[in-house]
Amino acid sequence: MTFTPRIGVYVCHCGINIAATVDVGAVTQWAAGLPGVVVSRDYTYMCSDPGQALIQNDIRELGLNRVVVASCSPRMHEPTFRAAVSAVDLNPYCFEMANIREQCSWVHPAAETTTQKAMHLVGSAVAKAALLQPLEQRQAPTTPAALVIGGGIAGMQAALDIADAGFEVTLVERTSSLGGHVGLLHRTFPTLEPTADLLGAIVERATHHERLRVLTEAEVTAVGGFVGNFDVDIRHGHEKEKVKVGAIIVASGFDVFDARRRPELGYGVYPEVITTPEFEQLSQSEVKINGREPKNVVFIQCVGSRDQALGHPYCSRVCCMVTAKQARLVRERLPNARVTVFYMDVRAFGKGFEEFYDATRQAGVLYRRGNPSELIRRGDRVVVRAEDTLLGEPVEVEADLVILAVGMAPRADTDALAGLLKLARSSDGFFMEAHPKLRPVDTAMAGIFLAGACQGPKDITETIAQARAAAATAMIPLMRGEVTVEAATSVVDEELCAGCGQCASICTFGALTLHPTKGVMVSNAVLCQGCGACATACPSGAINVRHFTFDQVMAQINVVSDFRAPVFSAAPAEAEVASPS
Amino acid sequence: MLQIEAHPITLQYDLFDCIQCGKCTGGCPMAMKTRLNPRSIILRLLTAGDGFDLEGREELWDCTTCSTCSSRCPKKVNPMETIIGLRGAFVEKGRVHPNVKTALESTFRQGNPLTMPRDQRGAWAKDLGLKEYAEGTEFLYYVGCTPSYDPRAQKVARSLVTLLQKAGIDFGVLGNQENCCGSEVRRLGEQGLFEMMAEENTETYKGLGVKKMLTTSPHCFNVYRNDYPKNGMAVQHYTQVLAGLVEEKRLEFSGKLEKTITYHDPCYLGKHNGIFDEPRAVLAAIPGATLVEMDRSRQKSLCCEGGGGRMWLEGTNPSVRLAQMRVKEALEAGAQVLATACPFCLLTLDEAVKHLNAEDRLQVLDIAELAAQAL
Repeated sequence: MTFTPRIGVYVCHCGINIAATVDVGAVTQWAAGLPGVVVSRDYTYMCSDPGQALIQNDIRELGLNRVVVASCSPRMHEPTFRAAVSAVDLNPYCFEMANIREQCSWVHPAAETTTQKAMHLVGSAVAKAALLQPLEQRQAPTTPAALVIGGGIAGMQAALDIADAGFEVTLVERTSSLGGHVGLLHRTFPTLEPTADLLGAIVERATHHERLRVLTEAEVTAVGGFVGNFDVDIRHGHEKEKVKVGAIIVASGFDVFDARRRPELGYGVYPEVITTPEFEQLSQSEVKINGREPKNVVFIQCVGSRDQALGHPYCSRVCCMVTAKQARLVRERLPNARVTVFYMDVRAFGKGFEEFYDATRQAGVLYRRGNPSELIRRGDRVVVRAEDTLLGEPVEVEADLVILAVGMAPRADTDALAGLLKLARSSDGFFMEAHPKLRPVDTAMAGIFLAGACQGPKDITETIAQARAAAATAMIPLMRGEVTVEAATSVVDEELCAGCGQCASICTFGALTLHPTKGVMVSNAVLCQGCGACATACPSGAINVRHFTFDQVMAQINVVSDFRAPVFSAAPAEAEVASPS
Repeated sequence: MLQIEAHPITLQYDLFDCIQCGKCTGGCPMAMKTRLNPRSIILRLLTAGDGFDLEGREELWDCTTCSTCSSRCPKKVNPMETIIGLRGAFVEKGRVHPNVKTALESTFRQGNPLTMPRDQRGAWAKDLGLKEYAEGTEFLYYVGCTPSYDPRAQKVARSLVTLLQKAGIDFGVLGNQENCCGSEVRRLGEQGLFEMMAEENTETYKGLGVKKMLTTSPHCFNVYRNDYPKNGMAVQHYTQVLAGLVEEKRLEFSGKLEKTITYHDPCYLGKHNGIFDEPRAVLAAIPGATLVEMDRSRQKSLCCEGGGGRMWLEGTNPSVRLAQMRVKEALEAGAQVLATACPFCLLTLDEAVKHLNAEDRLQVLDIAELAAQAL
């Protein structure tokens, strides 16, 4: 029996997101006339429960065997609709999505051509839908172990949580000791608690946990495999070893902004100018500069933060409170010193932060609004030149200690690690999360998660919260014991394949190998991620990617290239057009 | 009343990007001594509503266009260009200082802002037998107005010629055909005249087939490099050319100069164009010379008050002069020679030395002069 596609098309208004720019009714009516389309409907929110019910009813009542939804990006709602059709026994790969929001209504003005573009997109999705094949999703067992990259407070916390839950954890730390940047701090804000107390307990536990293996002076050199079954190469001192893990947490931390990039502030030139991390060290012993107790101390905020000119447009989030804390410490240690903080805005958003800022001013710290422009030398002192913007006057403040509140920067080796793990970076240079609100600890790579300042500037509280969230999320595949494997993988046509191996050389997942006896390439469906690089590289056209076959893609292109704008005064569409109001 | 519309200006210069941090004003050398406050001007424009009255804002003419404000701004706002834009409103209404009017008229009629006759422009080189630039010559040496006419600055041009000849550089000049580059015209706010000159000059250079140009002044260098329409012409400041020749050993110094030298970074070479190392490399190659740095060097170099049309304007507070502060800084650094690489700096610093009666302790010399002395 030949297969006859019975396609349902569902055009979403997305409130006014699509409907304000695209004539949804016209698209719906036009789609009804496309080959294979049995029903074409539009609705305010297709992703809503009634919207999904509409699709499910039609599958049951009209015997639909293919479904096209024209709405937002598949990144947003493909899983929603795949689940909806699966619930009424339609294979999820018999569903196709046309993105008429991000790729159409959001980027074009309301115009006839915008509606026509939506038709292009819907038409090509319908053409592909007619050729879709049901695919089988399979499960693969997972390795009940995790890798954590980075032995700072984020990495240690995440590793401890996973180890406490009963899984083996390998923690890889590049330096010779655990603790990261927190280990260099003296006290914390907003409680002025000694950092050593807080960190010591965690390091102690991490070092002696029976399921946690700490490798210092170690680094990850290669990562293969996929969620549930990663193969990781680690260089540990002079030794190399391989570990197999089910999930990876990246907690590689940050670099301190190099204040020399603002040469006018004199860091590295004037011994009186130090950074906030350097003050943490200094404040643990006698606070002396040039052998004297400083009498005038100036803090400068936002050094290397909120600075578009240097490519650091973001707020580093901790410097306001670090400054408030250090200013308090100066007042405690040097009661006779005048302490001035030059600020642009004081961002005291965390629990107890505003109160801490209040206490800092009450301790006699003078806050002046204005970001200093330069430091110059005058005798044995430096002069901070700024405008007090509230006075509206340029001011010069002599100081014998100037502390630059330096921000956080992406680590210099972020690119190398991103390459190893195939992670994306956001425009600020830090690792990018899968979704800024809904998936803040996930990455676009399944099974790889982010914790701490490698994803963006954070204080200790936020770092711990994210580390524990990353640990909990990473444990989902470990606890389930299996992961769903992508069904849209590559397949080699043995008739056409010459076994040249070009596909294998381009595959970053190691999914293609030469068959030992047949002399043709074989694609490992578990390793393959369906990226399609091999299909493009194959000189014989022997490789197809399921769900993105040559036939399917060509059908889409043909629709777009042959597109003719419809004339609606002509004969009414053949199929049923329905628009529930 | 000198009413202008503020809103278009706020959009043209991206003033909504400003976060009022005050880095511009905090670093502005003129804010120290005049009412000029770039941050405040931006806020006033943003809050002005429909009309903005420029009446009485004489401080806009204090700006030396040194670009400290723009180079410090963390949000990439350009207060200096905004001020130049506001000057344009004065110029449009004809409300400018008589000196400015004279300079602009002279540029229009005589091709220089110095009220000097056009047909005397090449006179400085009469005895040097310089080649007139023709297609195929490697460099066009663009002399500039001040080095062509000012007796003190002419010495720089003559020294430079000596150096180029010694190194065997193939170069030509335009003589009386040379026209003002328009840098100061643009910075005085006469954008229309500037655009006309830029078009005319570009045509001339294109017609002559100029591929490489070198200039005496950082101001001319900057305008050709950054303000002219892109024209495929590679322009260099002469210190860049000399540094290259020194590095390639095509220029070697056999003489000795037993002097302690400090280098004053001209704004238009340093802050505007990031050229800090080449001038120092030339000085460092002079045998016997000891280089010392002033505290305010490189990005922090203190403006001499000669830029932005200020060669023709005293400003609102002539009793305090940055050039004199600069000379004192050079003396504090222990220098016997205050070296620079800009005709405007040369003249303002020279005058400051005289004013401070420091001629016996400090000599102001251009790098070209020092290098020529060391040949």
